[in-house]
Amino acid sequence: MSEIIESVKNLSIGFNSQKGKQISILRNVSTNIKKGETVGIVGESGSGKSTLALAMMGYIKQGLFPLKGQCLFKSEDLLKMSSRQLEKIRGRKIAMIPQNAGQALTPNLKIGYQIDEALRLHTDLNKTERDKKISELLNKVRLPSPETMAFRYPHELSGGQQQRVAVAMALAGKPDLLLLDEPTTGLDVTTQAHVLELLRFIAKDTGTSMIYVSHDLGAIAQVSDRIVVMYAGEIVLEGPARKILKEPIHPYTYGLLKSIPKLSLAGLPASMPGSQPQPGSINEGCSFYDRCNLATDHCKKNSPDLEHIKELDTNVRCFNHKELINQNNNLQTSITKKSNNSEAIEVLKLKDVSISYAKQKFFDQLFNKISDQNPTVKDINIDIKKGETIALVGESGSGKSTILKSIAGLLKTKDGQIKFENDRILSSDLKMRNPNDLRAIQLIFQNPDESLNPNHTVEQILSQPLKLYFNLSGEELKKNIIDLLKKVRLGEFYMSRYPRQLSGGEKQRVAVARAFAAKPDIILCDEVTSALDVSVQAAVLNLLQQLKEDLGTTYVFVSHDLAVVRAISDRVAVLYQGRLCEIGPSQNVYKFPSHPYTEVLLGAVLEPDPDIKPKLVAEDIVEEKPPEKGCSFQGRCPRKIGDICNLEVPPWQIGENGNAIRCHINIDELASLQQ
Amino acid sequence: MLLLILKRIGLGLITLFIVSLITFVGVEVLPGDACTTYLEREAYGAALDACIKRLGLDIPAYERYLDWASNVVRGDFGYSLSGEMPINEVLGPRVKNSLVLASVSILIGIPLAIVLGIITALWRDKLPDIMISTITIFSMTIPEFISATLLILIVAIWLGWLPGIVIIPSDATFYELLSNIILPVVAISMIMTAHMARMVRSSVIQVMASDYVQMAILKGVPYWKMVFRHVLPNALLPAINVVALTIAWLLGGVVVTEVVFNYPGLGRLVIESISNRDLPVVQALAIILASIYVGINLIADLMTLMLNPRLKSLQIRK
Ligand SMILES: Nc1ncnc2c1ncn2[C@@H]1O[C@H](COP(=O)(O)OP(=O)(O)OP(=O)(O)O)[C@@H](O)[C@H]1O
Ligand code: SF4
Ligand code: SF4
Ligand SMILES: [Mg+2]
Repeated sequence: MSEIIESVKNLSIGFNSQKGKQISILRNVSTNIKKGETVGIVGESGSGKSTLALAMMGYIKQGLFPLKGQCLFKSEDLLKMSSRQLEKIRGRKIAMIPQNAGQALTPNLKIGYQIDEALRLHTDLNKTERDKKISELLNKVRLPSPETMAFRYPHELSGGQQQRVAVAMALAGKPDLLLLDEPTTGLDVTTQAHVLELLRFIAKDTGTSMIYVSHDLGAIAQVSDRIVVMYAGEIVLEGPARKILKEPIHPYTYGLLKSIPKLSLAGLPASMPGSQPQPGSINEGCSFYDRCNLATDHCKKNSPDLEHIKELDTNVRCFNHKELINQNNNLQTSITKKSNNSEAIEVLKLKDVSISYAKQKFFDQLFNKISDQNPTVKDINIDIKKGETIALVGESGSGKSTILKSIAGLLKTKDGQIKFENDRILSSDLKMRNPNDLRAIQLIFQNPDESLNPNHTVEQILSQPLKLYFNLSGEELKKNIIDLLKKVRLGEFYMSRYPRQLSGGEKQRVAVARAFAAKPDIILCDEVTSALDVSVQAAVLNLLQQLKEDLGTTYVFVSHDLAVVRAISDRVAVLYQGRLCEIGPSQNVYKFPSHPYTEVLLGAVLEPDPDIKPKLVAEDIVEEKPPEKGCSFQGRCPRKIGDICNLEVPPWQIGENGNAIRCHINIDELASLQQ
Repeated sequence: MLLLILKRIGLGLITLFIVSLITFVGVEVLPGDACTTYLEREAYGAALDACIKRLGLDIPAYERYLDWASNVVRGDFGYSLSGEMPINEVLGPRVKNSLVLASVSILIGIPLAIVLGIITALWRDKLPDIMISTITIFSMTIPEFISATLLILIVAIWLGWLPGIVIIPSDATFYELLSNIILPVVAISMIMTAHMARMVRSSVIQVMASDYVQMAILKGVPYWKMVFRHVLPNALLPAINVVALTIAWLLGGVVVTEVVFNYPGLGRLVIESISNRDLPVVQALAIILASIYVGINLIADLMTLMLNPRLKSLQIRK
């Protein structure tokens, strides 16, 4: 058995509430990290995973304090060390790679300096040796032209590059243990896959132990040897990665895995009811009791201990875990959607739509036109049928939100038309639209925290559209609000709540209810689930689908997550740099032949399965502007065939299964290439 | 970058032009003119004619504006009626006096404010913070005329350590000034330092809570090194603009303080010339004060631009 590097023993961490009560956010956590091993810590937001990871560096966030237990690094307790002693260990023995490198790099210092700082602190190298080392490190994390890179400021790098710099900085002190707190969250799918690949390589190359903290089981599955699942401040399941992912024997982990949409499955993921309890609200019994479908009366009164199961080499905190053994074929199932045999009436048509963010020049302003040869979004043609869910996918900067804003009338189009119902042209100016059109098209935003007024109660939030569009008041208004809340599965008592008194999922439900209050024909959803935890995401997706089946609404659904899109959409449009690459029925877009960009995106998806590795076919470079001529994907295309791609806009080709692809390669040839 | 600087300068000049127009037009539309206003009941006969001649009120307004404006650009503000001498001679010593008062207050106040701000932030909610914060909040809330009067009462009248009011002529030498300005400087710096110290405090606290400071700690950077390399440069950057405004405010003459202490600076000149109805001087002061504001804000913007790597490279790339 290999040597244990760090060992956490019965650790509890808490804070003092305003009422002077002690509330613990980590309870009795024990685990060991072995040399050369990568441990994934997974859990929903608020489960205490970052607190645990930081405590493993002897760092306790302001306001928190350790209640009991130890963090032993090579048998010394980090929590008892002075800050002098900790400075010797941090960066040298244990290094950290932060969640958001963009915010974790000091803005006024060049990245070369920041790496140099770590080298100066933790090695005895002299100036020339250090300069050489900096280049070496930047090279190791595969940053282009390391010499000039060192002289850049953090904001001059892309998100993926910043994350690589953070990795280089962490490696500078040759640590024995690397702590990674959500290192790829917030990066584009392809960038994320590349960074994970780099981390895997580094773990193998240097033999460093890693602790990888994430809410994303897909990412965890790619790197971990062992997985620790946290729920409400406790470890509920711990064991070898493959066992945890394929044969989870804790009801929470089981439910979590089921609620993740998977590329291989059409249909919606099953959702878990409820949400994680707030710290301090559990007094007795199992913390998962409220949401558990195996719960018995015994669980209500008694809290289970972490029990070691020898045959599976796992620890589990559940009285009834035996019921889950051998249940696992069910993991690969999903809820089938009722296909809304769309009545083939087109409600919304985008015709040759181009949108530009370029500032109007003086003369253009006079003549009220926009002259931009290379607009952010160009030549979008999509016909949307009544009752269908059409998804727009693409990486950040692909123009998805831009298109939505234009449909909503928040952004002027440069060319082309947006037609609504019976080919009537909608003005691209919000003020020129008639009230009924405004009612008919509603928008739901990514972040309910920003879109719900924090000073209004749920009742006030929901009454606004009802008053505005239907002139309701008094009893009738109230009845309608209660109806709406019922539709999104919230009780009547939510009416008097303020947004801050709601959980993330509840807030998003209120936002959904507000959109439905207008009885819209079309709802535009901009990344509506990406701020939510997976179990809550599944619930919101199911809710949207249910409402659509009941009311026949049409959705335009924007997301960067291909698996979510697969689950919810009937048709998918893939965008790169504001140009359409592929469009077709979703079951076909996810099959080959695909546009080379779709292929890249699909390859980069991380599945919560250690046996499905992402395929990295294209570089994760960032392009700031779409190319002036030719195919929009020419800069990154792994299948590029030559000058024709640089010069001519590729033609549309339609495959036999109905998906249209815009590429110079013949579609049958693409099919054989992608076998 | 260069283009941006030129643009800012251009904007500043336009602001000044508008200010000059407004003051000029303001004087024009008042009933009567500079001479009748000044001379009041004696506005007749030879005295009025002499005055009109002196100010050139007999030529059309727009010509007079052009004349006046071009003279101002050359640095000649015209003729003071009450002082019966060129305005430049009235202004010269006043500007110097205000500069002395302002620079001494700045030299003491700004470093003090920064140090206090940093101390209160680093020892947040501990004894040093509680003590200093109480004092700064206290001195921020009392109006200057009260604090100035209290100072005179305690230090000058009860203790008798320093003269209560400044009894020097406006052309006193620098050394004469220094010994006389202690109380005004204290009165001014108190309120100015308090404001700036609060600003620095909140800015440092904000930066201390940032991800990159947490990262620096986790990287093993020693505490003071972290404070000086990672925290202060980022925390003090936003302070530059506040400092600039404070300087402009000081140079513009801290009217109340100057009047309470009878200090012969620009602020008191404003009051004096208004009560003397000396319109040409009022006009000149308006232009000068506006130029100070515009100039100092310009410098502050440019400094922020130079020091903030984010803005710098943004501008270069464009
Ligand atoms: N207000 C703006 N001014 C100038 N350019 C903008 C503006 N908003 C967006 N852009 C640019 O337009 C392009 C498309 O942006 P958009 O927000 O639509 O992308 P997205 O696909 O929704 O990305 P994400 O997944 O990050 O939300 C990007 O290159 C972006 O930089
Ligand atoms: S102990 Fe009971 S409530 Fe808790 S997870 Fe197991 S079955 Fe569910
Ligand atoms: S047209 Fe050329 S560059 Fe564009 S996707 Fe096809 S092969 Fe790639
Ligand atoms: Mg977006």
